[in-house]
Amino acid sequence: MANILTVDDSPSVRQMIKLVLGPAGHQVSEAADGSEGLGKARGQRYDLVITDLNMPVMNGLEMIRGMRALPSFTGVPIVFLTTESDDAVKQEAKAAGATGWITKPFKPEQLLAVVAKLVR
Amino acid sequence: MMDLDPTEIFRQEAAELLETLETVLLDLGQRPGDGDLVDAAFRALHTIKGSGAMFGFDRVAAFTHDFETAFDLIRKGRIVADHEIVTVSLSAKDYIRTLIEDPDSTDAIIGEAIVAELHRLVSGLGSGGAGAEAHEPEAAAPPAEASPEEAGWAIGIAFNPDILRNGTNPLGLLDELRDLGPCEVVADLGAVPELAALDPEHCFIRWTVRLHAPCPREAVEDVFMFVSDEMTLTIAPLGEAAPDAAEAPMPAAQAAAISAPPARKTPAAKTPVPAKPAAGEAPAAERPAPDKAEHNRRSDDKGSTVRVQAERLDELMDRVGELVIAQARLSQLAHVSNDLAIKAIAEEVERLASGLRDTTMGVRMVPMGTLFARFRRLVHDLSRDLSKPVEFVTVGEDTEMDKTMIERLADPLVHLIRNAIDHGIENAEARAAAGKPATGRIELSARYVGAQVLVSVQDDGGGLDTARIRAKAEENGLIQPGAALSEHEIHQFLFHPGFSTARTISALSGRGVGMDVVKRTIEAMRGSIDLTTVPGLGSSVTLRLPLTLAIIDGLLIRVGEGRYIIPLSAVEECLELTPADENRSRGRSFLSVRGELVPFLRLRDQFDAAGQPDPHQKVIIISTGEMRVGLVADQIIGSHQTVIKSLSKLHADVTMFSGATILGDGSAALILDVAQLVGLGQGRAETDKTMEAA
Repeated sequence: MANILTVDDSPSVRQMIKLVLGPAGHQVSEAADGSEGLGKARGQRYDLVITDLNMPVMNGLEMIRGMRALPSFTGVPIVFLTTESDDAVKQEAKAAGATGWITKPFKPEQLLAVVAKLVR
Repeated sequence: MMDLDPTEIFRQEAAELLETLETVLLDLGQRPGDGDLVDAAFRALHTIKGSGAMFGFDRVAAFTHDFETAFDLIRKGRIVADHEIVTVSLSAKDYIRTLIEDPDSTDAIIGEAIVAELHRLVSGLGSGGAGAEAHEPEAAAPPAEASPEEAGWAIGIAFNPDILRNGTNPLGLLDELRDLGPCEVVADLGAVPELAALDPEHCFIRWTVRLHAPCPREAVEDVFMFVSDEMTLTIAPLGEAAPDAAEAPMPAAQAAAISAPPARKTPAAKTPVPAKPAAGEAPAAERPAPDKAEHNRRSDDKGSTVRVQAERLDELMDRVGELVIAQARLSQLAHVSNDLAIKAIAEEVERLASGLRDTTMGVRMVPMGTLFARFRRLVHDLSRDLSKPVEFVTVGEDTEMDKTMIERLADPLVHLIRNAIDHGIENAEARAAAGKPATGRIELSARYVGAQVLVSVQDDGGGLDTARIRAKAEENGLIQPGAALSEHEIHQFLFHPGFSTARTISALSGRGVGMDVVKRTIEAMRGSIDLTTVPGLGSSVTLRLPLTLAIIDGLLIRVGEGRYIIPLSAVEECLELTPADENRSRGRSFLSVRGELVPFLRLRDQFDAAGQPDPHQKVIIISTGEMRVGLVADQIIGSHQTVIKSLSKLHADVTMFSGATILGDGSAALILDVAQLVGLGQGRAETDKTMEAA
């Protein structure tokens, strides 16, 4: 199925994403911050990236911009996790190149729905 | 550790984060203005909040949210984290730990008090804010308060052109709509720019979708949740008026219905196709269709005919030739232009010009029968003079050829028929001895083969005497005695100037003028001549001729800076001259084409082309009859409809070129003389062979 990269400094969130998407047949790779995520994106193609925005070393926005600058990442959906319903954050992330978002906290069905929406 | 309890992971993680938070807060007490420390604290809180909610620690999440909200003000630089704030924050941190590790041992009151205190400190906004006011989950699932509409929705979709940039797949969204219920999807290509200006990473297609499902409006809106700010979306109940025309214009003429699933991603940027030619107009065929011409002639027989002076037809053909050249230039211009109107006109002119060309050539077409009729008398007279009774049979009188071709064909055919009667048909005694009927038979036939006409003269005489031709060739010093030659090669000497095997020179033939002239005439018409014979049963001479002289389909090639045309009818195939071929052929110029050795000529050498050859040299294999020769060129540009202009008298002695033409850009290109080049290549091959043998 899909090759998905999850970028989050929280192991529990990564674990949660893995627990939900793994059984659905997806291959989930992990990165602990934006810098690591971008490094992985340089080396491999992913079908979807799920990333947090607030992370040490390199935050999500910077990483999304970096990914969008990669020729291999045009057209790859990138969703960010946000606790903020703040539209300004969404706008900023979309301007950076994000495709969509998932609001934290999310239920497994919501995560699956978003993945199904973006990975076809 | 396969089945790690997710909450355990959260607990561990939270414990680490809280430790970090404590350190950060303590540091912050000493360096209140340090933005990095504030960021780090905020991040820790943020993660605790997000993960806490996900793993069911709702109280943790709620409290951390309020804590975070307060800290956000500090982060945004509105307040400096003073000693007091750090102290309250530390107690908040402790409270979070209690909530995680032993939630029952504490009361919400404590948390509320801490939050109230924090709020008082950071904003003076007073207390409150505790609890979960901001915690309605923003569910991605559609709200259930469905207001089922009777039939469904008419949806107008117009994305911003750069919608694809962020990984949104419009087709996926259309598919998602189809998941809601049956859809009729119509794509509007009206905004798609012309192909040259089309950025393939932009989406210019708009859609209107008729969704037949009683789903709530929100379900439709949710599909476009992520892109709602990058598009114009109109949703109207089905049955009402179509979506606002101003927002999603949908001129019926430009709307292209796409059957579900909407598959095509590449927008077809088509200009409206010009109307079909009016009925009765000649279709733009690649060459005049003989049956069509015949049909015209037949119908002319019934209807009225107009006699026209031949010169006028020639003039007409000339003009059409010029028109085709001018049209080629226009097409070239239109090709690089972005003006759709010019392109449309150029296409129209191209269609008309090619139709006019075919019609004009059709007018010039004359059936071979008019020519054949002339030979009846010739055969009759010859047969009487030579006392050889001959039956003259003609086949394919309906075959049509360009009028000038037929005229130029008359003399060669006279030669061939004379030869057939004089040399081919044996005298009465010989025929009787061979058990043949006393009356000889000569068949003159014409038929189409592709874009060419084959004209052959066949007799049922004794056939060619190969041994005698060989002896004669040796006598004339044309070959070394004993040289290994095939029968076919030996027969070619018949076309050699001054070559005659006739023992006695009759009034009609045997002087050795004839066959070489015939060959030269045919080759000048871009035709070829071939001779086959079966000893005792007769021989036949076959002329292979193009349908017309004025226009040919050519292959445009480049050698150095110059461009040249090879008549397409002579081209067998094009290959790349591989370095291996080049190395293997050093000094020998032979190419292996599917196991067969074909000699090749480097046109660069032949034409003394300046400059460096292109790295990948191309070989064009041309042939006349059975002879094949490869021509090495720098580049094969493509097929080119060529109007032939003859070379001036000054260039009468130029070999290798049979004419010139004017290309689309106005420059001239020389037309290669295939027969000459094949002869040259084969001659070269002979020399090489003998050198090799030596």
